[in-house]
Amino acid sequence: MTKEQIKDTILEIIAQIIPDEDLSNLKSDIPIREQVELDSMDFLDIIMELRKRYGIEVPEDDYMQLATLDSSAAYLEPRMREL
Amino acid sequence: MAARKPNEARIVITGIGLASPNGNNLTEFRKSLLAGKSGIQKFNVRYMGDVLAGICHFDPLKYQKKKELRRGTRAGSIAIYCAQEAIADTKLDLACLDKSRIGVYLGITEHGTVETENEIYEIKQFDYDVKYWSHHHNPRVVANNPAGEVTLNMGITGPHYTLGAACAGGNIGLTQGLQMLLLNEVDLALGGGVSESTGSFGIFAGFKSEGALASHPDPEKACRPFDKDRNGVVVSEGGCIFVLERLSDALKRGTKIYSEIVGYAINSDATDFIFPDKERQIQCIKLALNKAGISPEDIDIINTHGTGTTEGDPVECQAIRELFGEHPHAYINNTKSFIGHTMGAAGALELAGNLPSFEDYVVHPTINLAHLDPECPLNNLVINEPKKIDKVDYILNNSFGMLGINSVVIVKRFEE
Repeated sequence: MTKEQIKDTILEIIAQIIPDEDLSNLKSDIPIREQVELDSMDFLDIIMELRKRYGIEVPEDDYMQLATLDSSAAYLEPRMREL
Repeated sequence: MAARKPNEARIVITGIGLASPNGNNLTEFRKSLLAGKSGIQKFNVRYMGDVLAGICHFDPLKYQKKKELRRGTRAGSIAIYCAQEAIADTKLDLACLDKSRIGVYLGITEHGTVETENEIYEIKQFDYDVKYWSHHHNPRVVANNPAGEVTLNMGITGPHYTLGAACAGGNIGLTQGLQMLLLNEVDLALGGGVSESTGSFGIFAGFKSEGALASHPDPEKACRPFDKDRNGVVVSEGGCIFVLERLSDALKRGTKIYSEIVGYAINSDATDFIFPDKERQIQCIKLALNKAGISPEDIDIINTHGTGTTEGDPVECQAIRELFGEHPHAYINNTKSFIGHTMGAAGALELAGNLPSFEDYVVHPTINLAHLDPECPLNNLVINEPKKIDKVDYILNNSFGMLGINSVVIVKRFEE
């Protein structure tokens, strides 16, 4: 996956988790939780989806790396490159 | 007659919200009961294939966001729908109420079974690796979940909890609400019961293993209490929540009053896990009659608990015969024959279905009764067609459950 594809994947996962929110104007360089209502349990849903779909483990210490779409793509790209 | 109570000590039903397999509100439900319309259908259950069940068809998005639905439980969703509908029915504006003085008391048969089965099914696909077990599991399965979801959705900050009471739960949620009003713990109670049991293969499989899961080529004919050919329970989901208030408060705001709750009782068989006990059922009904200060001949309608099992139905019939006589004044019906066994909701939902009789003087029947079982002879059983009667002042509602829990509620036509 390219970084753009990873961002699309994360967006698609978020859309499932918070289906009432409009994600069309989500800025990729601003923390996601500052733009939409996404609480800590929702965030854990993202972690769980990455685990279930791609077998990717994100350790708790790295959760901050998933703050924005850009930082998520940068952090996940090395692990999702081959997917 | 009992001494006249002050209005502060009289508890009335002022709102009703319900989800039944054959109606999404009292008007629809009553119409179905008088038209003989069943709510039983074929339903696919994990590991079991097609079974027969009662499924509700209300729109959960009427009161919940999609995210709430995803995060919560079906029981929570049913409870929210019923609670919101009940408040709307009694024309109360939640924004104008002291929400710390509202209590939510919901009877349940079980809770957490559905969610646990779902999670085990999910992690099976990952070779039972528990790191795939959902972080949503615990808030979904805590026993207060259905009542708690109501408070989250409606911003109610008074007490909330469920009452685990098997299939007597609905009556007991109602009774708890009444008691909390009498204790002045709350000013408005949302009391009733809910069930999401159709989401659990284990509930169906459990009844099947007991030899007590109903089957019939025509789903609508499957639930047939008192019929010679009955063969078990039809599992259903559903909910019914009443708005309960002190009469003094209800009169002050001039709202519609459906009825007054005048009698209630709960007792235990202490005899068996499954099989009912006639003596304790009689005792429970007597306790409720005593509380109401009335005699068996004062009761005009009896809603039977009868689930359609070979073992259970005759016991209740014997209890009613012994207490009300071979030729009772009361007319007797059964609501499960239409909607199946809505488990934790049954007591509340079945009571709601009978309340319009105070206005239309019609008793809905028990349907699917082709050949009355000689073991279940009940005179005045209203069979297959509704019956118009002259007097409806008192309705008695039986609701019994496993582990020998019995509950009876008596409601009275409201008179100042």
